[in-house]
Amino acid sequence: MTLTAEELVAIKLSLRVALLATVASLPFGILIALVLARGRFWGRGLLNALVLVPLVLPPVVTGYLLLLTFGRNAPVGRWLADHLGIVFAFRWTGAALASAIMAFPLMVRAIRLSVEAVDRKLEQAAATLGASRLSVFATVTLPLIAPGIFAGAILAFARAMGEFGATITFVSNIPGETQTLPTLIYTFTQVPGGDAAALRLTVISLAISLAAILVSEALAQRVSRRLHAI
Amino acid sequence: MSLEVSAVARLGEFALDADFKSESRVTAIFGPSGSGKTSVLNTIAGLLRPKRGRVAVDGSVLLDTAACVFVPPHRRRIGYVFQDDRLFPHLSVKGNLLYGRFFAGSSHQHASLEEVIDLLDLGGLLHRGISALSGGEKQRVAIGRALLSSPRLLLLDEPLSSLDERRKDEVMPFLEKLRDRASMPIVYVSHVQSEIERLAGTVVLMGSGRVLAVDEASRVKAKANELR
Repeated sequence: MTLTAEELVAIKLSLRVALLATVASLPFGILIALVLARGRFWGRGLLNALVLVPLVLPPVVTGYLLLLTFGRNAPVGRWLADHLGIVFAFRWTGAALASAIMAFPLMVRAIRLSVEAVDRKLEQAAATLGASRLSVFATVTLPLIAPGIFAGAILAFARAMGEFGATITFVSNIPGETQTLPTLIYTFTQVPGGDAAALRLTVISLAISLAAILVSEALAQRVSRRLHAI
Repeated sequence: MSLEVSAVARLGEFALDADFKSESRVTAIFGPSGSGKTSVLNTIAGLLRPKRGRVAVDGSVLLDTAACVFVPPHRRRIGYVFQDDRLFPHLSVKGNLLYGRFFAGSSHQHASLEEVIDLLDLGGLLHRGISALSGGEKQRVAIGRALLSSPRLLLLDEPLSSLDERRKDEVMPFLEKLRDRASMPIVYVSHVQSEIERLAGTVVLMGSGRVLAVDEASRVKAKANELR
């Protein structure tokens, strides 16, 4: 199976977009997961709903909302461009932003489950041994939830690789800039004679997604084994 | 050695109102389950913050609600061996042992790793994972971990209760050795009279959240029988 230059570009771009989306959203994912798992504050339900909403919203709506917020003439988009030089609209970074938001619920869910599974008595024990709250987090909580973080990151990466609706709405389908694997497959399905190429890319897409799910599930199992071994 | 504890706290339906002083090297807190023994230990360790109370060890005030003093658990230097071992599952036996020593730094070192390994006979276990240990071994590692954090006071919360008879007999000699050789005072919680008789100097008798009597081990025995 040989790939054309155009297909290779799209695959590489997809990997880059998914990697940026995952890495950039991971710290927020961990933070939000901790807050949702442990925080007791007014508005927690609302925060939870906000995190989950991209899961049920039509992706085109998410993409359109992004366009209204981060577009060139939108208030936030213009401010970012003028003051920080960051432009999302019709750039690959915009594709990463759209993918990150669409993948965020999956990431937070996986990390949150692992945080909830941590025995807080172990954290108390660490405190009596002289560890400050920050040290307890770094030496007990974080290692115990690490498999959950990996699992969440892998799921998010896979989800980001496949993002279509929000991406095409927000940053369009520009070859070399925002034409990712899914949007290229879409393009091929729209032109006569594109079937073979679409099928090739579909196989690649399927392989990446399957591998991600398998690894993520294996890690999740390791978490539960480790926590039940106590 | 002196230990001063007073605590008034409400935990759901349970009301704790305990107050005692002890000058012994080994103080035992004795009473039926649900009498507030663990709550007293949690107050000493700083895991429970009572509404009103005072905790002082050898003159260092760790808690005084009247003066708004609350030293957080990680600054108290109170070693705590829990009823359940609470060993870190992601660390080896050695990693668990060294955990507290790392945070204690070099300023308060009084037990070396070799001494603790020797005292508790942990030499063969060092590189094992926690899940590969028996109940008795886990409890010994937990004691060693607490000792290596260089505590000014060691709390033992029913360290034998989760073990079967044979394991109890296996760990008890280590506790007696600990009593004779450890340099810091010990507070030992139990609801088993024979353990108390073997270990303690002063006994604090508790029932339904209150201190019923504080006396020497032999005399509290009679009182406990009277109350029964």
